[in-house]
Amino acid sequence: MSIELIEEEIRKLRLEMDAMEVGSPEYENQKDRIYDLQKTFFSSLSAWDRVTLARDPKRAKAQDYIKHLFTDFIELHGDRGCKDDGAIIGGLAYFEDMPVTVIAESKGKSFEENMKMNFGMVSPEGYRKALRLAKQAEKFNRPIITIVDTPGAYPGKVAEEHGQAEAIAKCLYTFADLKVPVICIVISEGGSGGALALSVADRIIMLENAVYSILSPEGFASILWKDDSKVKEAAEVMKMTSYDLKEEKIVDYIVKEPIGKIEENFMSVIDQIKRLLHDNLKELSAKKKSVLVEERLNKYRNLGVPPWKM
Amino acid sequence: MNIFKLRHDKLNIFHQNRRKEAVKKEIPDHVFKKCPECENDISVVTLRDNLYVCPNCGYHFKISANERIRQLCDDFSFKETDAKYITKNINNFPDYDKKLNAAKSSTGMNEAVVCGIGKINGQPLALAVMDSNFMMGSMGSVVGEKITRLIELADKKKLPLLISCTSGGARMQEGIVSLMQMAKTSAALKRFSNNGGLYISLLTHPTTGGVSASFAMLGDIILAEPKCLVGFAGRRVIEKTINEKLPDNFQTAEFVLENGFIDRIVERKDLKSELNLLLRMHGGK
Repeated sequence: MSIELIEEEIRKLRLEMDAMEVGSPEYENQKDRIYDLQKTFFSSLSAWDRVTLARDPKRAKAQDYIKHLFTDFIELHGDRGCKDDGAIIGGLAYFEDMPVTVIAESKGKSFEENMKMNFGMVSPEGYRKALRLAKQAEKFNRPIITIVDTPGAYPGKVAEEHGQAEAIAKCLYTFADLKVPVICIVISEGGSGGALALSVADRIIMLENAVYSILSPEGFASILWKDDSKVKEAAEVMKMTSYDLKEEKIVDYIVKEPIGKIEENFMSVIDQIKRLLHDNLKELSAKKKSVLVEERLNKYRNLGVPPWKM
Repeated sequence: MNIFKLRHDKLNIFHQNRRKEAVKKEIPDHVFKKCPECENDISVVTLRDNLYVCPNCGYHFKISANERIRQLCDDFSFKETDAKYITKNINNFPDYDKKLNAAKSSTGMNEAVVCGIGKINGQPLALAVMDSNFMMGSMGSVVGEKITRLIELADKKKLPLLISCTSGGARMQEGIVSLMQMAKTSAALKRFSNNGGLYISLLTHPTTGGVSASFAMLGDIILAEPKCLVGFAGRRVIEKTINEKLPDNFQTAEFVLENGFIDRIVERKDLKSELNLLLRMHGGK
């Protein structure tokens, strides 16, 4: 069953529930049926189901994670060149009692918010803002937490004029040897170079139902098979789920998501991430800067080495 | 010892003759090519003697990696590295083997990049040349790895590095592994740069997607051939997104130069001498 059908089914059951007396045996029974439905569905998610979940406009956004993971967040704006890109939220905050720099790609929750944030599609100015904040973090010896949620870098006219390619390349180049710990959290959708720009990190944490890929399944199907309708097959062969990426050793940790919508038990997700951040920040901060940088450079050196020794 | 030298010299003469023959055989005299810009028919011999630039309008034809090396490097100075590395379809992506084999047989190459060490007017350099005839010069794990290994070799031998880029971007068939090559090459360049290495990036038609968003744009000096396409997103994708027609010169080398993202546009006939000067100014021999 696809995600839409399941949702339809659950909606029907919920409507029936409204007519029942709260706490009555039928009511509890109905509740169990909903839970069972969700459980069967969530235990056998296809790659495309995960894409749908990850793109759900109501799914928790970077703003929610910033609010719950950190305290005293102070947003900092602008690339010091020409613009403040709303698709990147950057700033300072406390994680536990350690000051950190937060750089997040973010989609909006409402249409107005999405207009401001350009649906999470980052412009070159956004990447330059990220670079500025990263360099600042390095100067003041603050760890950096990046949050990835973007369908891809913005493919617009002005974005090209302002050097989208150069901005992404500079991110990869600069993050490769930053002298402070960098931890990346992929919360929903990670698309192409636009996501990669903020995921050159010492550790990568990924939510169970998040996806991360070379480009969208739609783009993939239309480029390779000239057929937009084959998105489901594309999602399957692209190996874009958290489990695929863990296997490829690109992702270090998977954060389990609750059954049902992530918002229904958001704090369990937050607690897992907090624990991972706590442990890894402690471990990374204890390292000598030169060791930290050398290890990150080596990590990326050894990614995707082809098995050419027969 | 003299015997060996004698034998070496004789072998050299033999190789030279063989190569001359090979070049002759490659291009029959009677073949003409149409210039896509001015639509004149040009004999391939004229074209070859003119470095594959249209003598009428100056249009720069796409050239293969081997032709680029022939034009840039001193005769017989180029020694290829990692030549035998081939791509294997480890994830069993449908039709990938077929495409690889077709590309191999039509180009005679093992992958979309040729790496090695050569000399430009006697000055040694590490050189990677991409070839768009091989699956649009797309970057998979072998292309990324070969380039990374060359960067490391340049670092070890303290040689300047030149990468001649042409690519449609990361190779879709290898998925996320291709994407990671962007991070890998960029990280390797960062280390190379920290150690004081000179990296010259040469953009040729077309340089787009994952390659432009990684090593192509990271040169200490970035050169481009006239009118070559340089950009991140494809023209059709942009037109669909913003719902308007883009001007003709959009994403050309001239456009990118005007916007401040490359240092110079260099015509093919001047390329070797400019590179020679640049290498000399950075302490070449």
